[in-house]
Amino acid sequence: MSQEPIPASAYDMDHVESAEERRTLAVLVDNEPGVLGRVVGLFSARGYNIESLTVAEVDRGKHRSRITIVTTGTPHMLEQIEAQLLRLVPVAAVIDITKSKRGIERELALVKVAGKGEKRVEALRIAEIFRARVIDTTNESFIFEITGASDKIDQFTELMEPLGLVEVSRTGVLSIRRGKDAG
Amino acid sequence: MDTQTLTEKATKTRKMTGAEIVIAALREQGVDTMFGYPGGAVLPIYDALYSQDEIRHVLVRHEQGAGHAAEGYARSTGKPGVALVTSGPGATNMVTPIADAMMDSIPMVVITGQVPTHLIGTDAFQECDTVGITRCCAKHNYLVTDVEDLARTIHEAFLIATSGRPGPVVIDIPKDVQFSTGTYIGKEGVFKPTYQPKTEPSKHAIRDALALMKAARRPVFYTGGGVVNSGPEASKLLRELQAATGFPLTSTLMGLGAFPASHKDWLGMVGMHGAYEANHAMHDCDLMICVGARFDDRVTGKISAFSPGSKKIHIDIDPSSINKIIRVDVPIVADCKAALQALLDGWKKSRTKAPDISEWKDQIERWREVDCFSYPANDGSIRPQYAVERLYELTKDRDTYISTEVGQHQMWAAQHYHFEEPNRWMTSGGLGTMGYGLPAAVGIQAAHPDSLVIDIAGEASVQMVMQEVSTAVQHRLPIKVFILNNEWMGMVRQWQELLHGERYSHSYSESLPDFVKLAEAYGAHGIQCSDPNELDQKIQEMIDHDGPVIFDCLVTKAENCFPMIPSGAAHNEMLLGSISGDEIDEEGRKLV
Repeated sequence: MSQEPIPASAYDMDHVESAEERRTLAVLVDNEPGVLGRVVGLFSARGYNIESLTVAEVDRGKHRSRITIVTTGTPHMLEQIEAQLLRLVPVAAVIDITKSKRGIERELALVKVAGKGEKRVEALRIAEIFRARVIDTTNESFIFEITGASDKIDQFTELMEPLGLVEVSRTGVLSIRRGKDAG
Repeated sequence: MDTQTLTEKATKTRKMTGAEIVIAALREQGVDTMFGYPGGAVLPIYDALYSQDEIRHVLVRHEQGAGHAAEGYARSTGKPGVALVTSGPGATNMVTPIADAMMDSIPMVVITGQVPTHLIGTDAFQECDTVGITRCCAKHNYLVTDVEDLARTIHEAFLIATSGRPGPVVIDIPKDVQFSTGTYIGKEGVFKPTYQPKTEPSKHAIRDALALMKAARRPVFYTGGGVVNSGPEASKLLRELQAATGFPLTSTLMGLGAFPASHKDWLGMVGMHGAYEANHAMHDCDLMICVGARFDDRVTGKISAFSPGSKKIHIDIDPSSINKIIRVDVPIVADCKAALQALLDGWKKSRTKAPDISEWKDQIERWREVDCFSYPANDGSIRPQYAVERLYELTKDRDTYISTEVGQHQMWAAQHYHFEEPNRWMTSGGLGTMGYGLPAAVGIQAAHPDSLVIDIAGEASVQMVMQEVSTAVQHRLPIKVFILNNEWMGMVRQWQELLHGERYSHSYSESLPDFVKLAEAYGAHGIQCSDPNELDQKIQEMIDHDGPVIFDCLVTKAENCFPMIPSGAAHNEMLLGSISGDEIDEEGRKLV
């Protein structure tokens, strides 16, 4: 309240259901059994959305794992999601990557495209533009490996659709903040 | 092995079996009483209990009873309640008390047995995924698969259950871990790096709060169970802060007793069945100071019409409670005790003169004159309100603890029984668990053997856990079960009358037992009363009886609980007396 002008009452604050926003949250947790279940269970129990989720241990010595969750919700809901996550005992920190404006988000995808002739050449040409690597090839198919922001991968798969897109496997979003500091 | 050698083992070799580690850790945590029920997967722990006499084990009749008894013990002492049950059905029967303790922030440690580690996941006999089932209704839980982690886990569980916003913690211990030998470690130095609840208020939040308090013309304190959880010191500080400010004060169901009901500035309980003056003060105030309450839907009524003209200060130890339901102007994340101390110090130090609030108090007096809790005189039958009122008058000068079940009787108890001290009122507020009161009374009596412990019950609720009378008889716990018997699930009947066209679908308590004979069958004492003129004498008989009593108080059958804020209505739209049901709109009917 000290930073912003004080409204006459709490009810003068924005109370209308605002539009939903997309957020990327990095959740640092103790890597103990069931921790992912706790985090995911919280989202389903309280009716929050999960658009993408990635998790892996990032510090073996400290048993720290990093969970990156992409979620959508009203600002009020997003505030609650953060607070509710912090209530979980094994959660050490929640970092709002989107809000911090210093966040970098990347995703990796494996994209299988099958085709012959002109379409096959076109697929390879587009892959070059997107800096996707060919990691497997047969006479009739390619598997591309592509990394980038999620919308870049969306774009890539859209372009591959008419060229014989067969299957996509995506990691979900990974995130980190710019600068020298952790967290 | 006697206690001597166990203690010696703990201090010298520090090598012992998992079962012995459990007992040693409980003892180090100061546990003197626990509630439980044995079974295959906890037999090693029961074996370790057998050879010691420092921890008293109260054998219940159903695991749910153990959980609620532990809750009653915890709520009445401020210490964590401990329950011990077996795997599978033992654990699933504990789920209701765990969820109940979670909703009401009751510190509790539940130890469950589990099938041996090599059988986990095989659908073994009496196996269930206890940590999976309790994950969403406990503050935290553990499955201990290595005996070397056991002692630390138990100490950590106590730390988590009792600190921050208290709650239930479950420790699931496979049978082979109970048998195997490991190292005991003491509680010193045990901590959880990711768990650091904030207890001290920030200075600028206190400064902002004080500025609002010094400018308020129509202030009200709205206090809750957090004050009780914060300990007797918090209640004392609340009283001091109220005395210094002179602000009127109301409380939630969970907070009753933190402030004396005999005080002139006490407004009565707030909420759906709260006092007219309390709800109107909440609606019309210009400053609401919420201390350890969480804007529950039973308190706020219609959110968009909740206290529209006020600024709000919210003290809560759980940051997720802040702005969850109601936007507040000054959040103070802290333990109630620390925040109240800071506000009191600040108020005393400040030289700003607070405005005169006598006009506001005059207004409150006018609301008080409505006398919202008045009820018609007994017309041959005993009015339930009258029964609670007489019970209060005849027990108020004693060292009395009250528990309740859930429903109309619970609200009448909250309205007509008055509390002067915290930890004297035990009720299931958040989860609303019928069947809470009787086992809770067992737990309270176990903690306070010489006090008068009364479960104010309804004839429907009490039958959910009736079997715990047997526990009371076995352990010589002279609890008094005071049943307001109107032969109906009263609150269900009331809602059906008001909201469902008087279609009383399955709410009549058909085939009731003869409670007097039932008491006698259990070896307890039974009393029945239907005549208002005999009520006092029979209540006295109940009090004087040295042993458990079931008091079957036959009351007016179709009495409704008023005042009432209908679902979907605002605080200033209270209903005071009998109504037709038209007062509740379509939206309101859809709410619970």
